[in-house]
Amino acid sequence: MATVNFDEYKNIWVFAEQRKGKLMNVAYELLGEGYNLSRELGDGCKVCALIVGKDIGGLAEECFAYGADKVYTIDDDLLEVYTTDGYTKVVTEAINEFKPEIVLYGATFIGRDLAPRCAARLDAGLTADCTHLNVRVKNYIDYAEKNTTLNTESLDPEDPAKNLLMTRPAFGGNLMATIVCPTTRPQMSTVRPGVMDKLEKREGATGEIVKIKCELSKDDIRTTVKEVVKAAKELVNLIDAEIIVSGGRGVKNADGFEVIRNLADCVGGVVGASRAAVDSGWIEGSHQVGQTGTTVKPKIYIACGISGAIQHQVGMQTSDIIIAINKDNDCPMMHLADYALEGDLFKVIPELIAEWN
Amino acid sequence: MKIIVCAKQVPDTNEIKINPETGTLMRDGVPSILNPDDANALEMALEIKDNNPDTEITVISMGPPQAKVMLEECIALGADKCILISDRAVGGSDTWATSNAIAAAVRKLDGFDLIIAGRQAIDGDTAQVGPQTAEKLDIPQVTYVKEYKFSDDMKSVEVKRALEDGYQIIDVKLPCMLTAIKELNTPRYMTVDGIMRACDPNLEIKVWGAADIEVDLDKVGLKASPTNVFRSFTPKPKGKGVYIEGDTPKEKSQNLVTGLKAKHII
Repeated sequence: MATVNFDEYKNIWVFAEQRKGKLMNVAYELLGEGYNLSRELGDGCKVCALIVGKDIGGLAEECFAYGADKVYTIDDDLLEVYTTDGYTKVVTEAINEFKPEIVLYGATFIGRDLAPRCAARLDAGLTADCTHLNVRVKNYIDYAEKNTTLNTESLDPEDPAKNLLMTRPAFGGNLMATIVCPTTRPQMSTVRPGVMDKLEKREGATGEIVKIKCELSKDDIRTTVKEVVKAAKELVNLIDAEIIVSGGRGVKNADGFEVIRNLADCVGGVVGASRAAVDSGWIEGSHQVGQTGTTVKPKIYIACGISGAIQHQVGMQTSDIIIAINKDNDCPMMHLADYALEGDLFKVIPELIAEWN
Repeated sequence: MKIIVCAKQVPDTNEIKINPETGTLMRDGVPSILNPDDANALEMALEIKDNNPDTEITVISMGPPQAKVMLEECIALGADKCILISDRAVGGSDTWATSNAIAAAVRKLDGFDLIIAGRQAIDGDTAQVGPQTAEKLDIPQVTYVKEYKFSDDMKSVEVKRALEDGYQIIDVKLPCMLTAIKELNTPRYMTVDGIMRACDPNLEIKVWGAADIEVDLDKVGLKASPTNVFRSFTPKPKGKGVYIEGDTPKEKSQNLVTGLKAKHII
């Protein structure tokens, strides 16, 4: 690998993913996280949004309102819909020209297509699907002591390195690993949607907009997107839900989910599900919570008939309050729960609905 | 058609337990399996071969010598040839270094029309090696493939690519890289014939070292990898919650709601 002059690399970039002219939620979350990291880094470090698409200039304002100090745009007809080749070319060329120190992408189905392709072209390190980021070891120690079993004695709180410390689950969430890229720049990461906090909206905030010239030709793109189809069914909005009522194996069949829906309606929540329930075909995959589904952190998570496999826990354990309803008082979910109610969900839920109102 | 399938042997993460005293992973006795998404990738190749008998399927993997067992399973399922990249020099590779090694091995083969990989492996969940290998080979990619249809001349393929809120229909010319998700198909079982073939003493699973694939040693292995593990640990177990007392479902429900109201949760 070529020696990299670290001093040339400055600022934090967020790939502010948009689809059909609308920013993805994760773009706001990354701007919030990028803002905090840039202030942690200090030294005039800025958080910058990179917006790629067609007629996307209007999105800059949104990015400023949610924390961006500066916005880069790449606007071209050929960038209207996402293509791996088109986006990789313009994003890597922009990175090579402006040399950000850190680049964050949302770990969406598009971010996870684009980021590895960019990392391979740039010969830069990339960490997938991160759930926690730090640059100062001192803050990392605080996080680790609060949330993990890591022995932090060997860490130096005043470590001057300020590498990006990228923490992510592995082995189905059984293990957490913190990854660093000590020798290459930029340091890149895809970040799991729904995990980072967006900033309070700052109406009317502005900043510098840099329009990057697009040098893309039709021949650069080797795929043809013939159609983009939105799922007919309303997208299940688990990420923004304040209350989620989830069903698992204990729900027994598709009809059983009627009971879960009733409780969700009663408490003003959204219906979630475990992998077991989805794999059994009782409910659609869009409801799935967990490592292979959606990661959620609602105010209240009610787990009904869910034993609590690690892969499910990873997706909901940061919920503010967890209520478990289960026949088996010894299952992992009952241990994880803040409130454990032992009993048959089909008998408990109707009573609970009556009491809740 | 010449198809390359990328496969990885992984521990069955559903079976992994954590030692409650030390907080470490207990990997002993955890079965090693063919990574589930890679099984979907292989199944797609086998379907193509079902319809086009002159198809040749080569499975490439990288890992320790034990991964041969997984490749024998691929033979039993219907793959024609298997190659295992196994060498201390490539040990500890991150996704970037792994893609350099796989791309180097692919270049040693006698051409290809299609590479199919699983979207991601269940041990690392990175979903990076497929796209990074495609980039190193300078071929187009489509990830998250859930349906496909070849053109009549088999020179291009139209795929349905999943998105969180729908899908895209994408047309791509061969050669290209596709990554498979579980919705793509249901992997078949091994056949008796296949198992016989996998047991054939003449069957050779080629093991290639770094020298065989002529890879630049500055591009593989732990030292060359741009990402390093800084620390690893397990999440902290949560403090004990409240067990809701009561003799009947009604009483328990009352106590739960009262408790939530007392704490101003609802």
